[in-house]
Amino acid sequence: MPENVTFHFDVDGENFTSAGEASVMVKKKLRQLGLPPEVIRRVSIAMYEGEINMVIHADGGDADVTVTDDEVIIVLSDRGPGIPDVGLAMQEGYSTARDNIRSLGFGAGMGLPNMKKYTDSMEIETEIGVGTKITMTVKL
Amino acid sequence: MKTETAVEKLGLREIVPGASAEYDGVYAGDFLSRAMSRVTEGDLWVTIMSNVNVIAVASLTDAAAVILAESVEMAPDVVETARAKGVAVYSSDKTVYEICVALGEIEP
Repeated sequence: MPENVTFHFDVDGENFTSAGEASVMVKKKLRQLGLPPEVIRRVSIAMYEGEINMVIHADGGDADVTVTDDEVIIVLSDRGPGIPDVGLAMQEGYSTARDNIRSLGFGAGMGLPNMKKYTDSMEIETEIGVGTKITMTVKL
Repeated sequence: MKTETAVEKLGLREIVPGASAEYDGVYAGDFLSRAMSRVTEGDLWVTIMSNVNVIAVASLTDAAAVILAESVEMAPDVVETARAKGVAVYSSDKTVYEICVALGEIEP
Protein backbone atom coordinates (compact mmCIF):
# COMPACT_ATOMS: atom_id res chain seq x y z
CA MET A 1 0.00 0.00 0.00
CA PRO A 2 1.67 3.26 -1.05
CA GLU A 3 0.11 5.50 1.59
CA ASN A 4 -1.69 5.07 4.87
CA VAL A 5 -5.46 4.87 4.62
CA THR A 6 -7.50 6.50 7.37
CA PHE A 7 -11.16 6.40 8.32
CA HIS A 8 -12.96 8.57 10.84
CA PHE A 9 -16.32 7.87 12.46
CA ASP A 10 -18.46 9.78 14.91
CA VAL A 11 -19.94 7.21 17.25
CA ASP A 12 -23.41 8.39 18.20
CA GLY A 13 -24.08 7.94 21.90
CA GLU A 14 -27.72 8.88 21.63
CA ASN A 15 -28.72 6.22 19.18
CA PHE A 16 -28.24 2.92 20.90
CA THR A 17 -29.91 0.94 18.17
CA SER A 18 -27.30 1.92 15.59
CA ALA A 19 -24.41 0.84 17.82
CA GLY A 20 -22.00 -1.21 15.75
CA GLU A 21 -22.46 0.83 12.58
CA ALA A 22 -18.88 2.15 12.58
CA SER A 23 -17.53 -1.38 13.03
CA VAL A 24 -19.62 -2.68 10.14
CA MET A 25 -18.35 0.18 7.94
CA VAL A 26 -14.72 -0.47 8.91
CA LYS A 27 -15.11 -4.14 8.15
CA LYS A 28 -16.48 -3.31 4.71
CA LYS A 29 -13.63 -0.92 3.97
CA LEU A 30 -10.94 -3.36 5.14
CA ARG A 31 -12.45 -5.97 2.85
CA GLN A 32 -12.26 -3.54 -0.05
CA LEU A 33 -8.57 -3.05 0.77
CA GLY A 34 -8.12 -6.81 0.51
CA LEU A 35 -6.79 -7.38 4.05
CA PRO A 36 -6.58 -10.99 5.32
CA PRO A 37 -9.90 -12.31 6.77
CA GLU A 38 -8.32 -13.07 10.16
CA VAL A 39 -7.05 -9.47 10.46
CA ILE A 40 -10.49 -8.16 9.51
CA ARG A 41 -12.11 -10.41 12.12
CA ARG A 42 -9.77 -9.25 14.88
CA VAL A 43 -10.22 -5.58 13.99
CA SER A 44 -14.01 -6.04 13.78
CA ILE A 45 -14.23 -7.60 17.26
CA ALA A 46 -11.95 -5.04 18.92
CA MET A 47 -13.62 -2.12 17.19
CA TYR A 48 -17.15 -3.36 17.96
CA GLU A 49 -16.39 -3.81 21.65
CA GLY A 50 -14.82 -0.36 21.83
CA GLU A 51 -17.68 1.22 19.96
CA ILE A 52 -20.26 -0.40 22.22
CA ASN A 53 -18.34 0.71 25.31
CA MET A 54 -18.40 4.30 24.07
CA VAL A 55 -22.16 4.12 23.50
CA ILE A 56 -22.91 2.43 26.84
CA HIS A 57 -20.57 4.37 29.09
CA ALA A 58 -19.49 7.60 27.41
CA ASP A 59 -22.35 8.92 25.29
CA GLY A 60 -20.41 8.26 22.10
CA GLY A 61 -17.06 9.49 20.86
CA ASP A 62 -14.65 9.36 17.94
CA ALA A 63 -13.23 6.34 16.18
CA ASP A 64 -10.19 6.64 13.92
CA VAL A 65 -8.81 3.71 11.99
CA THR A 66 -5.50 3.86 10.13
CA VAL A 67 -4.22 1.13 7.84
CA THR A 68 -0.47 1.19 7.27
CA ASP A 69 1.87 -1.18 5.45
CA ASP A 70 2.12 -3.50 8.40
CA GLU A 71 -0.70 -2.81 10.85
CA VAL A 72 -4.19 -1.48 11.52
CA ILE A 73 -4.33 1.19 14.24
CA ILE A 74 -7.64 1.84 16.00
CA VAL A 75 -7.99 4.92 18.20
CA LEU A 76 -11.19 5.38 20.20
CA SER A 77 -11.60 8.64 22.12
CA ASP A 78 -14.48 9.73 24.30
CA ARG A 79 -15.34 12.46 26.74
CA GLY A 80 -17.04 10.08 29.14
CA PRO A 81 -16.62 9.58 32.88
CA GLY A 82 -13.27 7.75 32.63
CA ILE A 83 -12.45 4.31 34.06
CA PRO A 84 -11.82 4.44 37.85
CA ASP A 85 -10.02 1.08 38.06
CA VAL A 86 -8.58 -0.15 34.77
CA GLY A 87 -7.31 -3.39 36.32
CA LEU A 88 -10.80 -4.25 37.51
CA ALA A 89 -12.37 -3.25 34.20
CA MET A 90 -9.96 -5.59 32.40
CA GLN A 91 -11.18 -8.60 34.38
CA GLU A 92 -13.43 -10.94 32.43
CA GLY A 93 -16.97 -10.79 33.76
CA TYR A 94 -16.65 -7.41 35.47
CA SER A 95 -19.25 -4.96 34.18
CA THR A 96 -20.86 -1.72 35.30
CA ALA A 97 -23.54 -1.83 32.58
CA ARG A 98 -27.02 -1.02 33.82
CA ASP A 99 -29.85 -3.56 33.79
CA ASN A 100 -31.55 -2.01 30.76
CA ILE A 101 -28.29 -2.41 28.85
CA ARG A 102 -27.86 -6.00 30.03
CA SER A 103 -31.34 -6.84 28.83
CA LEU A 104 -30.09 -6.10 25.30
CA GLY A 105 -27.37 -8.72 25.62
CA PHE A 106 -24.53 -6.41 26.68
CA GLY A 107 -22.74 -6.31 30.00
CA ALA A 108 -21.01 -9.68 29.81
CA GLY A 109 -17.87 -8.00 31.10
CA MET A 110 -16.00 -9.16 28.02
CA GLY A 111 -15.59 -5.85 26.18
CA LEU A 112 -12.13 -4.75 27.28
CA PRO A 113 -10.83 -8.35 27.63
CA ASN A 114 -11.93 -9.07 24.04
CA MET A 115 -10.25 -5.90 22.83
CA LYS A 116 -6.98 -6.97 24.42
CA LYS A 117 -7.31 -10.59 23.30
CA TYR A 118 -7.88 -9.80 19.64
CA THR A 119 -5.26 -7.07 19.20
CA ASP A 120 -1.47 -7.08 19.28
CA SER A 121 -1.29 -4.05 21.54
CA MET A 122 -3.75 -2.02 23.58
CA GLU A 123 -3.08 1.15 25.50
CA ILE A 124 -5.65 2.81 27.76
CA GLU A 125 -5.35 6.47 28.73
CA THR A 126 -8.15 7.49 31.05
CA GLU A 127 -8.89 10.38 33.36
CA ILE A 128 -11.88 10.62 35.68
CA GLY A 129 -14.35 13.23 34.48
CA VAL A 130 -12.35 13.92 31.31
CA GLY A 131 -12.55 10.83 29.13
CA THR A 132 -10.83 7.75 27.82
CA LYS A 133 -8.60 7.13 24.81
CA ILE A 134 -7.85 3.59 23.74
CA THR A 135 -5.24 2.83 21.09
CA MET A 136 -5.13 -0.68 19.62
CA THR A 137 -3.03 -2.21 16.87
CA VAL A 138 -3.50 -5.35 14.82
CA LYS A 139 -0.49 -6.49 12.79
CA LEU A 140 -1.04 -7.49 9.18
CA MET B 1 -23.78 -29.25 6.58
CA LYS B 2 -26.61 -28.15 4.36
CA THR B 3 -28.72 -25.28 5.71
CA GLU B 4 -31.72 -26.72 3.90
CA THR B 5 -31.43 -29.93 5.93
CA ALA B 6 -31.42 -27.97 9.20
CA VAL B 7 -34.41 -25.90 8.10
CA GLU B 8 -36.39 -29.02 7.16
CA LYS B 9 -35.41 -31.15 10.13
CA LEU B 10 -36.16 -28.43 12.69
CA GLY B 11 -39.13 -26.96 10.87
CA LEU B 12 -37.52 -23.51 10.96
CA ARG B 13 -39.58 -20.55 9.82
CA GLU B 14 -37.78 -18.17 7.51
CA ILE B 15 -37.90 -14.56 8.72
CA VAL B 16 -35.18 -13.19 6.44
CA PRO B 17 -33.96 -15.35 3.57
CA GLY B 18 -30.43 -15.51 2.28
CA ALA B 19 -28.67 -18.08 4.43
CA SER B 20 -25.61 -19.71 2.93
CA ALA B 21 -26.39 -23.09 1.36
CA GLU B 22 -23.99 -24.65 3.85
CA TYR B 23 -23.11 -23.97 7.48
CA ASP B 24 -19.91 -24.94 9.29
CA GLY B 25 -20.87 -24.99 12.95
CA VAL B 26 -23.26 -23.84 15.64
CA TYR B 27 -22.97 -21.37 18.51
CA ALA B 28 -25.65 -20.91 21.18
CA GLY B 29 -25.70 -17.96 23.58
CA ASP B 30 -27.17 -14.57 24.29
CA PHE B 31 -24.38 -12.33 25.52
CA LEU B 32 -23.26 -10.33 22.51
CA SER B 33 -19.59 -10.07 23.50
CA ARG B 34 -19.42 -13.84 23.93
CA ALA B 35 -21.09 -14.39 20.58
CA MET B 36 -18.84 -11.80 18.98
CA SER B 37 -15.72 -13.73 19.91
CA ARG B 38 -17.10 -17.25 19.45
CA VAL B 39 -19.30 -17.18 16.35
CA THR B 40 -17.10 -17.83 13.35
CA GLU B 41 -17.80 -17.40 9.68
CA GLY B 42 -20.47 -19.79 8.44
CA ASP B 43 -21.89 -20.64 11.88
CA LEU B 44 -25.55 -20.86 12.81
CA TRP B 45 -26.14 -18.70 15.90
CA VAL B 46 -28.94 -19.85 18.18
CA THR B 47 -30.22 -17.18 20.58
CA ILE B 48 -33.24 -15.70 22.29
CA MET B 49 -32.01 -12.15 21.70
CA SER B 50 -33.73 -10.43 18.81
CA ASN B 51 -32.77 -6.76 19.04
CA VAL B 52 -30.89 -4.91 16.32
CA ASN B 53 -27.51 -5.44 17.99
CA VAL B 54 -27.83 -9.15 17.22
CA ILE B 55 -27.84 -8.22 13.54
CA ALA B 56 -24.66 -6.17 13.93
CA VAL B 57 -22.87 -9.09 15.61
CA ALA B 58 -24.15 -11.63 13.06
CA SER B 59 -23.01 -9.34 10.27
CA LEU B 60 -19.56 -8.72 11.78
CA THR B 61 -18.98 -12.42 12.41
CA ASP B 62 -20.34 -13.51 9.01
CA ALA B 63 -22.71 -15.96 10.66
CA ALA B 64 -24.57 -18.17 8.16
CA ALA B 65 -27.84 -17.38 9.92
CA VAL B 66 -29.42 -16.41 13.23
CA ILE B 67 -31.93 -18.90 14.68
CA LEU B 68 -34.35 -17.34 17.15
CA ALA B 69 -35.43 -19.88 19.77
CA GLU B 70 -38.71 -20.10 21.67
CA SER B 71 -40.55 -18.16 18.97
CA VAL B 72 -39.16 -14.84 20.17
CA GLU B 73 -40.37 -12.12 17.86
CA MET B 74 -38.17 -9.81 15.87
CA ALA B 75 -39.47 -6.27 15.45
CA PRO B 76 -40.24 -5.23 11.86
CA ASP B 77 -37.51 -2.55 11.81
CA VAL B 78 -34.95 -5.14 12.96
CA VAL B 79 -36.13 -7.53 10.24
CA GLU B 80 -35.57 -4.70 7.75
CA THR B 81 -32.06 -4.10 9.09
CA ALA B 82 -31.27 -7.81 8.79
CA ARG B 83 -32.51 -7.79 5.22
CA ALA B 84 -30.44 -4.68 4.39
CA LYS B 85 -27.30 -6.23 5.91
CA GLY B 86 -27.85 -9.62 4.31
CA VAL B 87 -28.23 -11.44 7.64
CA ALA B 88 -30.47 -14.51 7.35
CA VAL B 89 -32.88 -15.09 10.26
CA TYR B 90 -34.96 -18.13 11.16
CA SER B 91 -37.40 -18.75 13.98
CA SER B 92 -38.30 -21.87 15.93
CA ASP B 93 -40.69 -22.62 18.76
CA LYS B 94 -38.11 -25.02 20.23
CA THR B 95 -35.82 -24.07 23.14
CA VAL B 96 -32.14 -23.37 22.57
CA TYR B 97 -31.36 -26.81 23.99
CA GLU B 98 -33.84 -28.58 21.73
CA ILE B 99 -32.50 -26.75 18.69
CA CYS B 100 -28.92 -27.67 19.54
CA VAL B 101 -29.81 -31.32 20.11
CA ALA B 102 -31.63 -31.46 16.77
CA LEU B 103 -28.74 -29.78 14.97
CA GLY B 104 -26.33 -32.18 16.64
CA GLU B 105 -28.22 -35.12 15.17
CA ILE B 106 -27.66 -33.91 11.61
CA GLU B 107 -24.96 -35.93 9.93
CA PRO B 108 -22.06 -33.77 8.71
